[in-house]
Amino acid sequence: MTVPVEPIAEETLDAPPRERDAVKRHSVTKDRRKRYVAKPDTPALKNASIQTRTDKAIIDTDIHIAFPSPETLCSYLGARWRDYYRMFGARGYAGSHYPRAMPNAARHDSWPADGAPPGSSLSLLQEQLLDEWEIEIGILNPLLGVGEQRNLEFGAAFARAINTWQLADWVEAEPRLRASIVVPWEDGALAAAEIDHWGGHPGFVHALLIARTTEPLGRRKYWPLYEAACRHDMPVAIHFGGAGGAPITGSGYPSHYIEDHGGMPQAFQAQVISLIFEGVFQQFPTLRFVLIEGGFAWIPPLLWRMDNAWRKLGSEVPYVSEPPSLIFRRHFWVSTQPMEEPFQAGQFRQLLGQLDLDDHLLFATDYPHWDFDAPDRAFPIPLDKERRRKFMAENARRLYRL
Amino acid sequence: MSEPTCIDCDIHNELPALETLYPYLPEYWLAYCRESAFNGPDADDYPAGAPTSARDGSTSNPDLMEVQAQALRDADIGILNCAYRVQSVRNEDLAACLATAINCWQVEHWLEKEPRLRASVVVPSHSPRLAAAEIDRWGGHSGFVQVILPVRAEAPYGNRRYDPIFAAAVRHDLVIGIHFGGAPGLPPTPTGWPSYYIEEYAGMAQIFQSQVISLVIEGVFERFPALRVALIEGGFTWLPSLMWRMDKEWKGLRHNTPWVKQQPSEYMRTHLRLTMQPLDAPPNPTHLAQILEQCGAEDLLLYASDYPHRHECPDILWALLSAEQRKKIRSANAKALYRL
Repeated sequence: MTVPVEPIAEETLDAPPRERDAVKRHSVTKDRRKRYVAKPDTPALKNASIQTRTDKAIIDTDIHIAFPSPETLCSYLGARWRDYYRMFGARGYAGSHYPRAMPNAARHDSWPADGAPPGSSLSLLQEQLLDEWEIEIGILNPLLGVGEQRNLEFGAAFARAINTWQLADWVEAEPRLRASIVVPWEDGALAAAEIDHWGGHPGFVHALLIARTTEPLGRRKYWPLYEAACRHDMPVAIHFGGAGGAPITGSGYPSHYIEDHGGMPQAFQAQVISLIFEGVFQQFPTLRFVLIEGGFAWIPPLLWRMDNAWRKLGSEVPYVSEPPSLIFRRHFWVSTQPMEEPFQAGQFRQLLGQLDLDDHLLFATDYPHWDFDAPDRAFPIPLDKERRRKFMAENARRLYRL
Repeated sequence: MSEPTCIDCDIHNELPALETLYPYLPEYWLAYCRESAFNGPDADDYPAGAPTSARDGSTSNPDLMEVQAQALRDADIGILNCAYRVQSVRNEDLAACLATAINCWQVEHWLEKEPRLRASVVVPSHSPRLAAAEIDRWGGHSGFVQVILPVRAEAPYGNRRYDPIFAAAVRHDLVIGIHFGGAPGLPPTPTGWPSYYIEEYAGMAQIFQSQVISLVIEGVFERFPALRVALIEGGFTWLPSLMWRMDKEWKGLRHNTPWVKQQPSEYMRTHLRLTMQPLDAPPNPTHLAQILEQCGAEDLLLYASDYPHRHECPDILWALLSAEQRKKIRSANAKALYRL
């Protein structure tokens, strides 16, 4: 992708939102090593994008990366927070260990030869994922515990470090990758500031939260972060996992990892209920959410229940002026992994019909985790050409304007 | 008695006031309640004025006459699910005495006055040893067919701390009924406390899902193969998706829980029954038919009015069923489950 270049001045990133939007519209990717910015209207890139928009295109909306060692993190932290981190480490909501079935919840083959954690080596990620499966674009969702820091200022510094590292070591080194703005989500103002810092940069596609927050995400403390996301016309992603201090069930702590892992759809459901009934979409009509790694078979029955609850109890939330299922289908996108596997293939077809979200499902592998969905085997039924195009790439391309 | 044709598996009998229990309380606890002006436990599961708490022509707190006139109008047998949440009284001895008192009240004021009714034993489930003693106290009484546990608890019911409760239920051949509501002090979602009742109401289905996962994965049905569980007032349209998800989890992780010998969906089909209200039905009857077929609902569902709570009309369900299937759901499944 050597194309005519037009450098982006560093200060553009700190420009007011409107100017940053102008940058966003015109540039696709920025490579600091080669000091160029590719523009979409250049012939070379146009051809490349036509080639990749075939039926075989794959956009992977969920890839995880890790620091090769804590020292990498330290190199991106300022002196104060580097010292703090070395003294106290990361302090979150401890007290629920579920030793996982496999180290780092990772595929056994995803450990780099040097023993660093899975997801820490760009070359291995290129080899095992991007090249192996001909992934056109992959979206990085670093799950490194930023929002779970009870020291909120450290959380903000931690977020800044991860975001800077994502650009420098990943996105600028590999044009097929895009990053997430990780944010200290438990503080609305700090999270909004982090989104504002990066919001105009084309290397970032969404702000990243996690399913288990300290309060349901519809609560007003999180609204400044949604306001910032809207300011930059950027979706907010909610990813599997986390720890916010409450047990994984509404009825206390289960005993086994499989319950913790299999229970995450309940956390996603709680977030959907909260976001819709607490009025977030009346306040932010352009806000879009992406639910990542929660599966999706729970969605139809949840929407039926919410619609029925709304018919009976809607007077408590009078601003919710239309059925919750309509709000959901307008504002939520959903990644496919881990895909539920019905008893019979035909039931998967029924599920897609009940779901009625053909334009909002996003394929994801979850590399390098153990429950990786391989692009050729993930769906339990052969998809028709139209659905395949949409799920595997085009829905993500439209959502993220890739 | 002739063969019942309609068994209503969810009718509510709520205590009018703590004073009603005074005749059944030991002297010490009577004095304690009077001295402290305690009003009795209240999980506030059903706000009195909420549109869901009472249907047209009913009260949120019906007495026997109202239940006879309304709920038993169509049913041959009605099962009472008393939602008195003694579990939220932290003093376990007081909670146990309140449970005994309300069970005495259920016998005297409901079962002995109306032969069509059956009742559920209220237990201090946060204190499983005392709860088991309460079950043993009533296990021989033919009016009690079930032990009622609120779906919200301090730990999921698969946790072995609850084994004494399940052992007692099996000993007396009683069903464990897990019911909407409860106030264990923990937030009702994995992400903390929501702002509105509508969120708690809609979110209660997820807690049922968590309890099913726990009962199956923590091996309750392996430890108590005879145990039967009724999920009451939690909906059922979510069951196929949970079966699929847990079967897939089991495929990947079953070496961690070797006591779970069958697919999770098998335990669910064998040991669980679900009341049919709230239907939480999709608007498209075809989708509802798919759900019924996917989980084999004709063998799992129990007819319930959930009197006096307000729900949508069940005609969409009845219209999809054959006469044979309707019979199972209206009476045969409950007859087998509760040994009626």
